[in-house]
Amino acid sequence: MNLLVCGVGGQGVLLFSDILAQLALTAGLDVKKSEVHGMAQRGGSVTSHIRWGEKIHSPLIEEGTADIIVAFELLEAVRYLHFLAPAGWLIYDPLTIAPLPVQLGLVEQIASEELEKRIQNRLKKSLAVRAFDTARTLGNPRVQNTVMLGAVSRLLEFPDDLYYQTIKQLVKPQFVEANILAFRRGQELVSK
Amino acid sequence: MNRALLTGDEAVARGAWEAGCRFAAAYPGTPSTEILESLATYPDVYCEWSVNEKVALEAAIGASLAGVRSLAVMKHVGLNVAADPLFSAAYIGVRGGLVIVTADDPGMHSSQNEQDNRFYGLMAKIPVLCPADSQEAKDFIKSAYIISEQFDIPVLLRLTTRIAHSASVVGLEDRAETAPPNYEKQLQKTVLLPAFARLRHRELILRFDRLQAFTEKTPLNRIEWGNPELGIICDGVAYQYAREVFPDASFLKLGMVYPFPAGLVRQFAERVRRLAVIEEVDPFIELQVRALGLTVTGKDTLPRTGELTPAIIRAVFGQQISEHKAEIDLPNRPPALCPGCPHLGLFYALQRQNIIIGGDIGCYTLGALPPHNGLDTCIDMGASITFAHGVDKALANQDPRSRIAVIGDSTFFHSGITGLLNVVYNQSNVITIIADNRTTGMTGHQDHPGTGRTLMGKETVAIDLEQLCRACGITEVVRVDPYLIKETRNTIRRLLNIKKPAVVISQRSCALISARPGAPKKVDAEICSGCRSCLALGCPALSFEQEKALIISTACIGCGMCVEICPKGAIL
Ligand SMILES: Cc1ncc(C[n+]2csc(CCOP(=O)(O)OP(=O)(O)O)c2C)c(N)n1
Repeated sequence: MNLLVCGVGGQGVLLFSDILAQLALTAGLDVKKSEVHGMAQRGGSVTSHIRWGEKIHSPLIEEGTADIIVAFELLEAVRYLHFLAPAGWLIYDPLTIAPLPVQLGLVEQIASEELEKRIQNRLKKSLAVRAFDTARTLGNPRVQNTVMLGAVSRLLEFPDDLYYQTIKQLVKPQFVEANILAFRRGQELVSK
Repeated sequence: MNRALLTGDEAVARGAWEAGCRFAAAYPGTPSTEILESLATYPDVYCEWSVNEKVALEAAIGASLAGVRSLAVMKHVGLNVAADPLFSAAYIGVRGGLVIVTADDPGMHSSQNEQDNRFYGLMAKIPVLCPADSQEAKDFIKSAYIISEQFDIPVLLRLTTRIAHSASVVGLEDRAETAPPNYEKQLQKTVLLPAFARLRHRELILRFDRLQAFTEKTPLNRIEWGNPELGIICDGVAYQYAREVFPDASFLKLGMVYPFPAGLVRQFAERVRRLAVIEEVDPFIELQVRALGLTVTGKDTLPRTGELTPAIIRAVFGQQISEHKAEIDLPNRPPALCPGCPHLGLFYALQRQNIIIGGDIGCYTLGALPPHNGLDTCIDMGASITFAHGVDKALANQDPRSRIAVIGDSTFFHSGITGLLNVVYNQSNVITIIADNRTTGMTGHQDHPGTGRTLMGKETVAIDLEQLCRACGITEVVRVDPYLIKETRNTIRRLLNIKKPAVVISQRSCALISARPGAPKKVDAEICSGCRSCLALGCPALSFEQEKALIISTACIGCGMCVEICPKGAIL
């Protein structure tokens, strides 16, 4: 499995990928996960490559081979489309966050409709999941990542219990309940 | 055995702990920072943020000579700062094992260059180990301690960003018992007076020759026979990529890239039809293969800059790669200063002044970009003050622009103090602005000599920057709050006119570690004239919609800087 996660610094991409990678390890698989911290993170675009299977060599996913791309933001979804395998799934939050140069009026933004159109034109299998909005109605925009996790779980073959166990393992105790609720809500957003 | 998913950095920490390491020193630097942050959570190992990398390595030499296994950790450019003790350490050797970790950054994700530190091994005559995943990172550091003690030599463990920041599965073991500390005077070994140093250099060559024999036999270097059509020599993460691209080829995987196992390479080359070296950035292995007179494919086709990826290797070797192209017209999303970052106020105050500004390294380097355009240089840590000094001496009174240096607090402690002393000693008209956000921001908020706390969480003396600068001989030292923009600008203007060395301490805690200064601000759209002056602050919480300023309430921390700069009083 090659799963690429992308989003914007501060959206919880790294916790999302920590949970998935740990889950694959607990399931007894070989796992590699690669991301870049530091300068790249200050409000910049963030990606995490997660791969699991019998034996994994490269920590990086090659262009055109991701089975699933999980995008926390629309522009970032389009930025990494070329990583998707021909039969792969894109799961994306249609939320848009303007990059700073756009906000400052230095660069033109591309309209959301145009971005969505590019996705439809290029892909057969894509799924919009309003994870941020859902998280907000749950009273906590920060659980966008676990809403997303719930949605993605529909495409993976791990049992629900494994998700609960891993969330408990990696999330601070006081936030576990909120995250499990968000996970379930995310599952409800995607029909089986 | 328990298994865990560890990053390369966490695996190095685990390995050092399992090896019985008792002293570890580092200065933060991406991608190495998490090593000491992780090691400091283990028991029975003293860990510190040293003031800089030279200090860290010298302290680790001291701990090694006091008989304990010790560790010095830094990013690649940090080893330039620590190069002086590195060469001496090779002559002197060790008592307790001494391992130096360098984390290189091919692709320059967070660095000013992508130098290849394997070459330090060649120059200093010390062994270099390059792990290819987290399990190896842990195993190799344990091997490194054994080699260091067996051959009386410091060992360089070289990571790259992809190893340091990738997580993979690691088997966990217990900590080894090591000998208790014991220090003994050994004049001829540790006093590098020329007469002794000559002996030590000869002795180093002997140690090196024994290492040369070792590298031919060690399991750190291994052959994986496959199809003899193509033989690939590689190290580090390049091995993982190459394995993926050529599942059937024969591999010579080097874990110890220096001393170079020439015999093993010859033996491998004889049994394969075509020989290739796949390595990132510089042709370190390739040069040594070519020195054996072998014909090899390497940097004649592979890129000499940036990271490798499986797709790059595929393309170079004529395999098919994905036809999907990236969308190229998308707006970039570069890193930016945070909402309410005190650096924003400082750079706003520096706008529209007739100045030459030496910049330095840290979050504030982003002030070089629009809308601030606030720095002329980013060279290396500490180079803001010294650059401005050189400019001042060269231009003298031929150019009316004032000379300014902007340097962060952690960077000032790291290597700014000596530059400031030089400004005072040689009297240049440089105004040094210390962007004192009370932390090492860029690398994720590490403590430093000004914060009053150590890596191990102990309270300590907090160095007072003002007193320090006065002790350096600066008589004009002024403290300002960069949230108060007009006052900051007026202070700087006043100092520009006095024509002598001065220091401004622009002091306000990093917005990510301090309490929110206030409730989110709002724009009164009735009053806002749409003049866009506020956008010059460059705050990510400020935007513009329908010809009016807009504050993104979820991002705004209520610092009030925009309130001060709005000419219409439209922000409340
Ligand atoms: C020799 C060297 N060591 C470490 C680094 C990594 N590094 C870059 S800037 C920096 C410190 C930044 O802290 P500070 O000066 O306080 O500025 P801030 O980021 O807080 O604004 C570090 C550790 C480097 N580039 N060069």
